[in-house]
Amino acid sequence: MNKKAKEYSAKYVVIGNSAGAVGCVEGIRRADPENEILLIAAEPYHTYSRPLISYLLLGRTDEQRMKYRPDDFYTTNKVQTLLGTAAVELDADNHQVRLADGAVVNYEKLLAACGSVPFVPPTKGLDTVEKRFTFMSLDDAKALAAAITPESRVLVVGAGLIGLKCVEGIAERVKQVTVIDLADRVLSSILNAEAAGVVQRYLESRGIKFVLGDCVAEFAQNTALLQNSGQKLEFDVLVMAVGVRPKTALLTAAGAAADRGVLVDEHCRTSLADVYAAGDCTQGYDVVSGEQRILALLPNAYMQGECAGLNMAGREREYLDGLALNSIGFWGKHIMSAGVYQGEALVQTGNVDGDETYKCLFVQDGRLMGYILVGDVARAGIYTNLVHSRQPLSELDWQLLQVKPQLMAFSQAERQQKLGSLPAADKKGDRA
Amino acid sequence: MKRVYVQEEWCLGCHLCEYACAFANSGQEKPGAGGLDMSRALKGRKINPRIKIEENSNRSFAVSCRHCEEPVCQKSCIAGAISVKDGVVHIDQNKCVGCYTCVLVCPYGAVMPAEGGQVMQKCELCTERLNGGTPACVAACPNRAIVFEER
Amino acid sequence: MAVDFFYPEYEIVRDQNRCINCRVCERQCANKVHALDEASGKMCSDDSKCVNCHRCVSMCPTRALKIVKSGNTFKTNSNWTNDYMKEIYRQANSGGVLLSSMGNPADFPVYWDKILINASQVTNPSIDPLREPMETRTFLGKKPEKIERDTEGNIITKMEPNLELALPVLFGGMSYGAISYNAHASLAQAAKACGTFYNTGEGGLHKDFYKYGANTIVQVASGRFGVYKDYLNAGAAIEIKIGQGAKPGIGGHLPGLKIVGDISQTRMIPQGTDAISPAPHHDIYSIEDLHQLVYSLKEATDYQKPVIVKIAAVHNVAAIASGVARSGADIIAIDGFRGGTGAAPTRIRDNVGIPIELALASVDQRLREEGIRGNISVICGGSIRNSTDVVKAVALGADAVYIATAALLAMGCHLCRSCHTGNCNWGIATQKPELVKRLNPEIATQRLINLLHAWEHEITEIMGGMGINSIEALRGNRLMLRGIGLTEKELSILGIKHAGE
Repeated sequence: MNKKAKEYSAKYVVIGNSAGAVGCVEGIRRADPENEILLIAAEPYHTYSRPLISYLLLGRTDEQRMKYRPDDFYTTNKVQTLLGTAAVELDADNHQVRLADGAVVNYEKLLAACGSVPFVPPTKGLDTVEKRFTFMSLDDAKALAAAITPESRVLVVGAGLIGLKCVEGIAERVKQVTVIDLADRVLSSILNAEAAGVVQRYLESRGIKFVLGDCVAEFAQNTALLQNSGQKLEFDVLVMAVGVRPKTALLTAAGAAADRGVLVDEHCRTSLADVYAAGDCTQGYDVVSGEQRILALLPNAYMQGECAGLNMAGREREYLDGLALNSIGFWGKHIMSAGVYQGEALVQTGNVDGDETYKCLFVQDGRLMGYILVGDVARAGIYTNLVHSRQPLSELDWQLLQVKPQLMAFSQAERQQKLGSLPAADKKGDRA
Repeated sequence: MKRVYVQEEWCLGCHLCEYACAFANSGQEKPGAGGLDMSRALKGRKINPRIKIEENSNRSFAVSCRHCEEPVCQKSCIAGAISVKDGVVHIDQNKCVGCYTCVLVCPYGAVMPAEGGQVMQKCELCTERLNGGTPACVAACPNRAIVFEER
Repeated sequence: MAVDFFYPEYEIVRDQNRCINCRVCERQCANKVHALDEASGKMCSDDSKCVNCHRCVSMCPTRALKIVKSGNTFKTNSNWTNDYMKEIYRQANSGGVLLSSMGNPADFPVYWDKILINASQVTNPSIDPLREPMETRTFLGKKPEKIERDTEGNIITKMEPNLELALPVLFGGMSYGAISYNAHASLAQAAKACGTFYNTGEGGLHKDFYKYGANTIVQVASGRFGVYKDYLNAGAAIEIKIGQGAKPGIGGHLPGLKIVGDISQTRMIPQGTDAISPAPHHDIYSIEDLHQLVYSLKEATDYQKPVIVKIAAVHNVAAIASGVARSGADIIAIDGFRGGTGAAPTRIRDNVGIPIELALASVDQRLREEGIRGNISVICGGSIRNSTDVVKAVALGADAVYIATAALLAMGCHLCRSCHTGNCNWGIATQKPELVKRLNPEIATQRLINLLHAWEHEITEIMGGMGINSIEALRGNRLMLRGIGLTEKELSILGIKHAGE
């Protein structure tokens, strides 16, 4: 053991190794190809995509392919890495970060993309469950994969995005999966009751069991006692997927302003000088609702990180594209949602060969505020773009657009701009 | 960088671009086969081209990837499967897990599932096929409704 | 009645092994020949609707289609051919005049193909046009008999207005209405790019094309459609159309159905009214009357623009030309009986008029004999098909040639001769917006330019071979021509010797 703590210095220091951190590195490098970048992450792995862990269990990817960037990413971008070492303390006044091993890192500009942690509600007897897991990291996925057998009965607590993706990942490798959620529907954070019904029926047709509007009062080894029904559920493996909480401690301890997440401005700056933040740990501006909210989504994390990186490297760049967006699929059944569910809900349902489809467009003040699509999701980005741009629907053929997302609904002049030359929205680029 | 641009007023809605695209990406082109290779590749199949015609009464136009300077699909790809090489937005189908996030965010509706729906596809300007030559759709357009130009 | 059933003239042959059901043939056929047979899952065709325009054949990506002449025949003989029999049945059914499009297809001699061109050997060396200058520039209009200069050496002879052409080829008159907006745009742009002229035909000039005025010949025909002062002044020259090779002595008739929108405006007649061009100009019954119109037009345009008089090649063409030359016209255009048309009575088209080769030779001869050849330039048209036709025409005495059918072909026309249906699948002889857009002027203009460039190359090559370095030196140089398989009489009219002489 070195008596004297190790000391590192870099112009740019990035804490984290996921989408926000990678976005930041790529943002910095667009503006500054030279100055040194130091990247610090608690996990020992090459940057990988967290949302892919369910696909790993499903067998659609593997550890090599799920790397978020190629093997040469750090060398190509001239990034020095300290992987497997957590940052434990930030001293913003002195531009220093202290690491778990005692090392000190000096920075000029810092990005904290700390991410989020699974939220495990305190439940009586939880520690009596031998095989219990969360589902957030590669290690979680590996541990879960090692624990399940074709005979396993799995109880998943939480019918949200993480819980159900976990279900998809393991369903065909175990005997039975039961999902329990306090909400009265699946994917309650992104779906209304009708859409949730379509998804639930589909998952049930694949053999998944649901217990909704209930929660576990108490665990006793392999048994869960339900709060409302008083029913007892037997299981072999437990997955806790109730939700996530932003990891704000590092920043708030240093004095950064925070609400539920760390507050960032349109430049992705925190309230601390030269400290930027991106991703799940932040609370940023939602372009549709106009509110500050947590948008724990990978695309959002990347773009915040990129924006931060550009600003850290001296470019003037604003990130005002924050928007709730979700694309989730289960065995080829795709669900998309965007924006906020305010205003008039225009619903269309369909059924093609027993395959239910559902579509709900939310319109308020002549603008598309949000949408939910289940089943037919082709070209949904055209809707997303409308939610994002807040373009008045009176400027386009709304009738046509309701039928399906299509560029035909725009004026010929606008289309000519979109398809005939580079769109203005796409040219905004960086301002040096 | 050369991109495919749409000149809507000249689109005849003949759909030849779609067939040329499907064929170019079938991997079954055989120079000198005089069209028979296209028949072999596409006969009896429902094509799934990367360029698609939108039509409505007498109006039609082709839509394919714009190869944006700052592609939102690339920034949003959860698998890191989308990259930009020399301005061409490329999907690594080996990495793609078919999460459809690119479909969710593409403002042109220019990304779509490949056959089977497990990975995504989009126009890559025939770079794999021709190494930078004229994309098949442009070459097949009888009325210069899609052009491959530097603008 | 069963007697009116005609077995289709053409059959569409589809190679089902090649067909991939892409349905491009179906989408591209305005005659609705092709359709998908849902029951069998195969594409099928109704041959009876096919006009053999080859749109489907050209567009088919797998080369699955071809069109063949159907073998069906009546019990014909040399006198009662299939066509004559069919025409009887048609007229017995309809009681109407038979109509046809494009030029006379009958089996009359094509003299261009019976004329051979000379080349130099030893004594008068040939010229390599790639190494030495070749002049294809041509001036059309009156030429002074002699040049007078003042004491300083400056020319004091009054020079009449002339058209300057980079090569002796112009695009012949085709009206907006007969052909589409995009076809006109293509001709105008190509004429500009090639340093030559296109001709509005009798339908007036669309406002959008006034900008090409320096390369435009504006026509004044018997219907006087779209004629007013600005129109006359918009072009570089004015053409009085007396007759057309495809239908000498006959007027024209554009049905009211086609007089819509821009066409009605350009022609200056109400929408939906038939555009009827009378057979004669009602103010011209003599050369003196013609003289009056020529000078009215000159007066209206300040004597700045040459006036062309276009006549059909008919029996006494030489005498008429002589009269035209004395009427004050600067240029005479003679249209042979193979010249095209959007619609003409079949009988007229196939039986009236004479071949341009004979007409041209006799006109040139007559004007020379009368000593007035310099008073007027001669343009000939009526099926100039290639660069050697141009060379032969110039050697027979033409100053320049009009090409129209050849220009249509360059733009995509496949000579299906269905212009009168208005369903031109190539977007040329139609006013239906969905068909008009099939002709992208960007492409058609380039194809026209290519054609003229190719011909120019060939013309200079052939001239070089003859040891001639200027189109001026080829004009009327009949020694460069020899006939083959022609009678003494034909040779004497053409003014050329037989091959071997």
